Amino acid sequence: MSADTDARSALSALWERDAVKIAALLGAIYAVYIGVGAVIGYSVRGQLNSIATLTFYVGVFGVLALALNLHWGYTGLFNIGVVGFMAIGIYTVAVVSKPAADTASSIGGFGAPLWVGIIAGVVVASLFGLLVALPALRLRADYLAIVTIAMSEIVRFILLSRTFQEVEIGGRTVGLGGGSGLILPFNPLQGLLEATGLVALRDGLVAVLGPAIGSNPSAVINSLLYGVLLLVFVGLYYVTLQRLGKSPFGRVLKAIREDEDATTALGKNTNAAKTKAFMFGCALMGLGGILWYVQSGAITPNTFRPRLTFFVWIALIVGGAGSNTGSVMGGAVFAAVLFQGPRYFQNLVESLVEVEAPANFGAAMAPLFDSLTLTPFVFYVIDNVRQLQLVFMGLVLVWLMHNRPEGMLGHRKEEAAGVPLRRDRDAAVAAADGGHERDGRDGDE
Amino acid sequence: MGVGESYQRGREWLDANPLGFVFGLVLVLLLLDLGRRLLTGDVTVSRFGLVLKAGLMRGLVIGLAGIGLSLTYSILNFANFSHGDYLTSGAFSGMAVSYLVAGGFGAQGNVGALLLVGVGGSVFGGALGVGIFTAPLAVLLGLIVAGVSTIALALFIDRVVYKPIRDRSGITLLITSIGVAFVLRYLILFVFGGSKRGVTAGQPSLSLDVPGGAINIGAHDVTLLVVAGTLMLGVHLLLQGTKLGKAMRAMSDNEDLARVTGIPTERVVRYTWIIGGGLTGIAGFVFALWKGTLGFFDGWLLLLLVFAAVILGGIGSIYGAIAGGLIIGVTFHMAPLWIPSGFARAAAFAVMILILVLKPEGIFGGKTTA
Repeated sequence: MSADTDARSALSALWERDAVKIAALLGAIYAVYIGVGAVIGYSVRGQLNSIATLTFYVGVFGVLALALNLHWGYTGLFNIGVVGFMAIGIYTVAVVSKPAADTASSIGGFGAPLWVGIIAGVVVASLFGLLVALPALRLRADYLAIVTIAMSEIVRFILLSRTFQEVEIGGRTVGLGGGSGLILPFNPLQGLLEATGLVALRDGLVAVLGPAIGSNPSAVINSLLYGVLLLVFVGLYYVTLQRLGKSPFGRVLKAIREDEDATTALGKNTNAAKTKAFMFGCALMGLGGILWYVQSGAITPNTFRPRLTFFVWIALIVGGAGSNTGSVMGGAVFAAVLFQGPRYFQNLVESLVEVEAPANFGAAMAPLFDSLTLTPFVFYVIDNVRQLQLVFMGLVLVWLMHNRPEGMLGHRKEEAAGVPLRRDRDAAVAAADGGHERDGRDGDE
Repeated sequence: MGVGESYQRGREWLDANPLGFVFGLVLVLLLLDLGRRLLTGDVTVSRFGLVLKAGLMRGLVIGLAGIGLSLTYSILNFANFSHGDYLTSGAFSGMAVSYLVAGGFGAQGNVGALLLVGVGGSVFGGALGVGIFTAPLAVLLGLIVAGVSTIALALFIDRVVYKPIRDRSGITLLITSIGVAFVLRYLILFVFGGSKRGVTAGQPSLSLDVPGGAINIGAHDVTLLVVAGTLMLGVHLLLQGTKLGKAMRAMSDNEDLARVTGIPTERVVRYTWIIGGGLTGIAGFVFALWKGTLGFFDGWLLLLLVFAAVILGGIGSIYGAIAGGLIIGVTFHMAPLWIPSGFARAAAFAVMILILVLKPEGIFGGKTTA
């Protein structure tokens, strides 16, 4: 009736759009980071670097959370071996695409173009998914969990082993590098820019921002552009999974999640559907691993420990399993608050005060007992933020499971049906037209 | 007649368990190969003896920790991924007390350094003489504190974390336990530091001369054997002879029915944590004592092996957990006789995956005895 309510309903209708939610969240995150950067007194270069790093992690965790959402959110497959598929993806790229070894001591690859390597990495990750899926998918969820985490550890042991460190195949020295890992001489961004003719854009940005950035501006711009590329991949994953989820195949997956026996009784081949979904998800995880590490310069097996899997899980649970929007937002929140946040906080404090951290917990506690001096303990906490942030993640996970197991967006699990199942949902939509706020949350069904 | 009948029965069994047959065949072949290599001297008796001993010892630790995991898995219906970090907590709390006692309550090194198990190389267990011969009282007190403190920790976490969500699904509890594992592991890292430290002094050992060298049986091997054996026997008597054991079996079978028949389920849950936590904490302490080193990652590294043991023996069975522990421990140490040593853990995991896929109820047929 009044302009005020009209504006409000227009606003809430806008808020209903998931893209707006994601954009608002990202905007808020960037605003906070830039604000804190300004407090620290970052130069333009420092600001852009921190934005680039943040974007990178928002991108990789978004991509991985989306892939995991296909497994857990849609199909109900409890996969805690994510990191194994990531490792397989990037290691395959290394073996296929590294150039031949130039000296006797170094490990080379088969020298295929990078895009061939990436395709190979994705395919191998999904084939490994098939290998896991064939025996394991009919297991109970908790057994599948144990099998997948054991598989991911076996992958790591294989990467670590001396047996495959260096192998002669067809006169080439290839291998997985063992404990010291592999060097990755790839520059995917440059190749992509050249292939798409966007080099001019990059060079233009460097020319415009160069004076403000200072020395070596192209490195900063490149990492920013790589972040943007990752966000594009998040978008691609999102659209793909959204379409998949709404397709008849997606409904079968959701039906399997709700009740596998009933789905079988309806004549659906649930085993085939689960296997396909699992393989596709593993392929996406493999690509996620590639995107994460392909420009990092080097990889070592011990990067791929199970805790990376749990990071992705926390991201998914923060956002809410079953919703692609939730996965992206969960990935962003995890990256900004739980993953990068504490480190950023550490930088902030270290820029404001001189942190002289005690070497260990004993030295931190002694002044507290002796003279009630708290500062050394606080310094110790700040110095050990990287360890404490994992404690914090654990606490957040426990809190979420207690209070908000359905994720930050509330109940968003898509129904396993082509039509809305609840009558009052229609009523709620109708009410929204009348100016009432639509209740997005349905509570327990 | 007799031959034909048993042949017939064998055929039926084979048809029912084709993969089990292959599994058994591989085992027999491996044993034959081992026999051949022992006879030809390719593997010396002393090497065989040493890996067998190490396997059995690690197996006892895994079995001891496995009892707790198995009990909580069957009674509370969830795979507890923080179980490994209970083990680490027990090891650190026990060792802290052992250091304190062996260090004469501050006579050698200051109390803080002792309680932090010599963080940053401030004091060394070797110099303090931590060990069953050199400081028996320190070890005994450490053992008790390891058990008691882990019981307290398990009860506290159950009260704060698991009790409010007792009625949720096993998967919810599993995810929650991953959170608990993170909190415990990295708090231990925060307090005790990340270095893997030596914690024991050299102890006398018995040397058995065998072809190809000698098998050393150290004092801490015996300690581990005595502690684990006593505790396992104690748990057996407790669960077979008392009402508690019966109540636990009833609860793991059907919780609602158990409650309806008047079993105080919350009290049974508490005892489950007390038994499980105590055994796990002590397992962590004797594990550190036996291998002589201690790091914040130890329990997590052992966790999947413990899972393997529990699954092998059948979830819910304490005898299964013990037997599974011994099998996994021996597999872990024997595997390097055939495959590169980097794959020892992988071999144990592979056994677990095979069992999960072929016979998820465990090799003993899923009889939950306690």
